[in-house]
Amino acid sequence: MLYSDKVIDHFTNPRNVGSLDKASARVGTGIVGAPECGDVMKLQIEVDDDGRIVDAKFKTFGCGSAIAASSLATEWLKGRTVDQATELKNVDIANELSLPPVKIHCSVLAEDAVKAAIEDWKRKHGDGDRDEGAAESADEGQAPETTGAPAGQGQPARADV
Amino acid sequence: MSLKLPVYLDHNATTPVDPRVLAAMMPYLTDVFGNAASRSHAFGWQAEAAVEAAREQVAKLIGASSKDIVWTSGATESDNLAIKGIAQMYREKGNHIITCVTEHKAVLDPCRRLGEAGCRITYLPVDHHGLVCPRQIADAITDQTILISIMAANNEIGTIHPIAEIGQLAKARGVLFHCDATQAVGKIPLNVDEMGIDLLSLSGHKFYGPKGAGALYVRRRNPRVRLTCQMDGGGHERGMRSGTLNVPGIVGLGAAAEICHAEMADESPRLTALRDRLHNGITEQLDHVKLNGHPAERLPNTLNMSFAYVEGEALMMKMKNVAVSSGSACTSASLEPSYVLRATGVGDEMAHSSIRFSVGRSTTPEQIDYAVEQVVRAVNDLREMSPLYEMAQEGGEAHGT
Repeated sequence: MLYSDKVIDHFTNPRNVGSLDKASARVGTGIVGAPECGDVMKLQIEVDDDGRIVDAKFKTFGCGSAIAASSLATEWLKGRTVDQATELKNVDIANELSLPPVKIHCSVLAEDAVKAAIEDWKRKHGDGDRDEGAAESADEGQAPETTGAPAGQGQPARADV
Repeated sequence: MSLKLPVYLDHNATTPVDPRVLAAMMPYLTDVFGNAASRSHAFGWQAEAAVEAAREQVAKLIGASSKDIVWTSGATESDNLAIKGIAQMYREKGNHIITCVTEHKAVLDPCRRLGEAGCRITYLPVDHHGLVCPRQIADAITDQTILISIMAANNEIGTIHPIAEIGQLAKARGVLFHCDATQAVGKIPLNVDEMGIDLLSLSGHKFYGPKGAGALYVRRRNPRVRLTCQMDGGGHERGMRSGTLNVPGIVGLGAAAEICHAEMADESPRLTALRDRLHNGITEQLDHVKLNGHPAERLPNTLNMSFAYVEGEALMMKMKNVAVSSGSACTSASLEPSYVLRATGVGDEMAHSSIRFSVGRSTTPEQIDYAVEQVVRAVNDLREMSPLYEMAQEGGEAHGT
């Protein structure tokens, strides 16, 4: 596959590879994709008290463009507020990386991972319909439903890893 | 000594033209340019003599009579000619063809097309080593069966089918046997008489000949095999394949066949040693790797492995100075990983994680050692950033093992 220089750059020097403490109340974790499909992304954000993303990390099993898309996403997330982060769209990632048509799904997956991480963080903070207790117990889960993005994102975020 | 990069370990995709082959071809690209079908002058006679000499060379490599060799543009054309040509010629006798799920697309797609046109096609499964079972072939034969098409060795995993056994049972039941031997020719000994093969496809560029030159062996005796030509025209090649012969290509194909015939006995163990050096080098340094294909009944040059927790295309990008191929879906336009690996029971996850290494005539131990180093480094790097590896380390469900 012939990739753009930006994909090669992010693949060769991936930004923000690693893991944050998923048990921390400040951290939101999103895991999307499935190994049988050849792509699994784990994306984490750390949010300060003002709702600003102070750190972002990823680990990705997938092709070069999947790794590049997650690397780029973490770069964009840092310094933004959670509200700004929800506006991140897959087309922005696809355009920035000049992804070929067969690789667009990598950018969709990155958007899903971001959304799932935000959802997880919000849930920990009692947003939505759940109470504190339910949120905490969900945090203990190994393959948590907490990573499920809301329906209607084109491709539902999956955590069946 | 400095290693010339990148290192080429994708000889099952194609091989470089051997310098001796090129030397043999050169005169036919320049001075000896005649049309082998020109009967009226020396230009044509010279070209024809060269083509007939090449026919002898190719026939000798597979134990055939030179009269049974039909020149084609390559194995895809040979497969199409064999399968469609037989199906059309023997339509009155029957309409059933037996093949196998791990065949090359050049066999599966013609079969599929015939299936749409009213033929009945049986696609036999393979075991976890990629082997087809001869008894299942025997059981599948009906009074309508006209052809069995089974490859000699698989292009992705290198598994070698029990060809002689299949040929024997085909003979016993009076069914024609076509063998796509594209990956096997020049690598392992083949003999159409001893193996009971009625039609055999081969392609020059897989054994150090030029691209665009191939052949179909079509048995003329015991039994006499006839087929319907797929290219109408001047009636070349006993009416089975019209079109002006690619004389330089055919000369190259012949020269390549002669070299393989002379050197196979030495080359085969050398390639096996290089292949195993690669395999051992990798397994000594990496856990969670799996050999795909048959451990023993395998082409001497082919090594297909899955590296759990990393994706094949990313792995190839990481080791960009080692040229290989992958069964990952990400390397193709389709979303499905290798159908060959899936047929052998390799799960989708491990199919996405597969790499095919294929060594060849120019491969050196130094290149193998370099490849080992690159593979180990790339797999370790990618596992560092793999959420699946992290989960496995944390004691979660162990994937791909």
